[in-house]
Amino acid sequence: MDNTYLDMELLRFTTAGSVDDGKSTLIGRLLYDSKSIFEDQLDQVENSSKKRGLDHTDLALLTDGLKDEREQGITIDVAYRYFATPKRKFIIADTPGHIQYTRNMVTGASTANLALILVDARHGVVEQTCRHSFIASLLKIPHLVVCINKMDLVDYNEEVFEKIRAQYESFASKLDVQDIRFIPISALKGDNVVNKSEKMGWYEGATLLYTLENIHIGSDQNHIDCRFPVQTVIRPKQDRYHDFRGYAGRVAGGVFKKGDEVAVLPSGFTSKIQGIHTMNGEVDEAFAPMSVTITLEDDIDLGRGDMIVRAHNRPDVSQEIDIMLCWFNNNGPMPRAKFTLMHACNEVKAMISKVHYKLDINTLHRNEEDLEFGMNDILRVSIRTTKPLMKDAYRKNRSTGSIILVDDATNETVAAGMII
Amino acid sequence: MLNQKLVKKRMSRYNLTHLKELESEAIYVIREVFAQFEKPGILFSGGKDSIVVTHLARKAFWPAKVPFPLVHIDTGHNFPETIKFRDDLVSNLEVDLVVASVQKSIDQGRVREETGRDASRNWLQITTLLDAIEENGFDSLMGGARRDEEKARAKERFFSHRDDFGQWNPKNQRPELWNIFNGKKNFGEHFRVFPISNWTEMDVWQYILSENIAIPSLYIAHHRDVIKRAGTWLPNSEFITLREGEQVVNKKVRFRTLGDITITGGDESNADTLEKIVAEVAAARQTERGNRADDKRSETAMEDRKKEGYF
Repeated sequence: MDNTYLDMELLRFTTAGSVDDGKSTLIGRLLYDSKSIFEDQLDQVENSSKKRGLDHTDLALLTDGLKDEREQGITIDVAYRYFATPKRKFIIADTPGHIQYTRNMVTGASTANLALILVDARHGVVEQTCRHSFIASLLKIPHLVVCINKMDLVDYNEEVFEKIRAQYESFASKLDVQDIRFIPISALKGDNVVNKSEKMGWYEGATLLYTLENIHIGSDQNHIDCRFPVQTVIRPKQDRYHDFRGYAGRVAGGVFKKGDEVAVLPSGFTSKIQGIHTMNGEVDEAFAPMSVTITLEDDIDLGRGDMIVRAHNRPDVSQEIDIMLCWFNNNGPMPRAKFTLMHACNEVKAMISKVHYKLDINTLHRNEEDLEFGMNDILRVSIRTTKPLMKDAYRKNRSTGSIILVDDATNETVAAGMII
Repeated sequence: MLNQKLVKKRMSRYNLTHLKELESEAIYVIREVFAQFEKPGILFSGGKDSIVVTHLARKAFWPAKVPFPLVHIDTGHNFPETIKFRDDLVSNLEVDLVVASVQKSIDQGRVREETGRDASRNWLQITTLLDAIEENGFDSLMGGARRDEEKARAKERFFSHRDDFGQWNPKNQRPELWNIFNGKKNFGEHFRVFPISNWTEMDVWQYILSENIAIPSLYIAHHRDVIKRAGTWLPNSEFITLREGEQVVNKKVRFRTLGDITITGGDESNADTLEKIVAEVAAARQTERGNRADDKRSETAMEDRKKEGYF
């Protein structure tokens, strides 16, 4: 029995692109070459392609799931795709490049370890490349892989690749991304996707799949600053566990160990970790993103939204918060509108107290004059809350540094924000 | 041996395996349901996916009991094995069981039984389910649907809003970012929640194997009386009428998914252990729902049903 799956890791990546840049072909090839497309799915796609009068099998139909999408040939919403190799399981958040692109790209990017940026070798870096890359950096995706695609159409020319790479690097110097890699590929012909290209002997780097399988993601989580937002309190009303009072949650950062001195916020009381529990038994330590139940040595009144942290490493506690906000709703906010702000198992009322600037995501220009905003706008704001939040900067911790705003009248999620 | 060492080295000490990470995500989602809603339940079909969700719910609240009832929409066309499995599980977990019966909906005149060659009670379940939600005041129901199993389901959110008619509006879903789930709703509306959205069929089987979770014997290869219909082995039962040219034969089969006994086809298989099932799934060239007649009615059969309020 093959037990390699017990050592597999999970990598989440996002792709974005428009109709012609070969994104669907690339995803199709990754799924196909990793044997993740089933025969009946392929039959279905072939039938649909024929029905539409296409002379080739359109693999994009694999990702378009809704009736309207298939009828209109557009992608409305983020689609999630799955494939696995013996080393890793992959979750692709495939985001459409046109309609509501910011909303969808931001959503897909929010949980990704890696962003796949596709550049057409014939066109080089275009506006959309910059837009995708900027959103990836805004959402702090740790790794960017830039695939220079359609190399077959430029004679697999090294100079073309190097020129685009230089072009991209000069633009990317304005972005906050640590790890950027470049791979010359042809998704259509399969060069450097799964197998090393025979046509590009000059390229000494890894193929795309090898990169996806081996890129180091162990440091993507914050394992330094201990943060444990309490989701709910567990009190079994049974004789055997009569005095059990456990705090259930998912570790948002750091490593918690049995016996650690901790502080609970917002009250500020201190105690020690008595035990870290799971149904499979007690564990010595818990780290992000583990879901566990923590018991403390002292009887402290703790509930949902409170946070367990290390006594000497605490998050900011504040009611005035600076945020990069992405607006998702067709309508901008009413004047002096109040929202419910959701953050790390916490809910507070909030209002936007000041809009500092609106960001043009194509040029990165800060517009401080026109501060009206609507769907897909990205802006820097100050937000005031009715109760203090225990928060970190988003760049330090994606869990305790992110918020969403909910419109109380419609219950819709109208904005997402990254704490500065 | 060398290879094993490399693997160990590559996984740093503070890295979770993919199964542990998926488990942790699902437990987080289930706990959010408990925290955000007043009256949740687990939709339990007796299939492997709802069994895994129930197992994850045990883990989420251990050492306390699962704080939700299991909700079974009973078409009356069951595999007897499924019902026994359900009842044993309910008594082991000491949880409540809510059974909503399609037969009762028919008897009360809420729905009319389909007639004709391929009649099934699949659509009828929608009314029974929505009535059960209203009668019991459920404000959220968790299910074992996964994004990888069907193209309309690939568009689902973890927290999926339903209006006061129980309808899903796939074109206007709330964006779902990071691990923040917005379960806000108006009175009369409810949520469907899918904790194992990100799992594949393979993940489910590997997890069942690694956690040693009990599953109905139907999933494991066994001898059974079956009938060849529409390219699949349909189990013989009191609900099935033989058509011309059809005959009952005994075959060693197993089921990859479990639905109504009238619409769930089996595959010939020798996989009589969990290990063999995992190997069989890894080699499969057809999707698991390929043998489900309910999905074959049209290209958008699942989306159409889901919009009306289906699972």
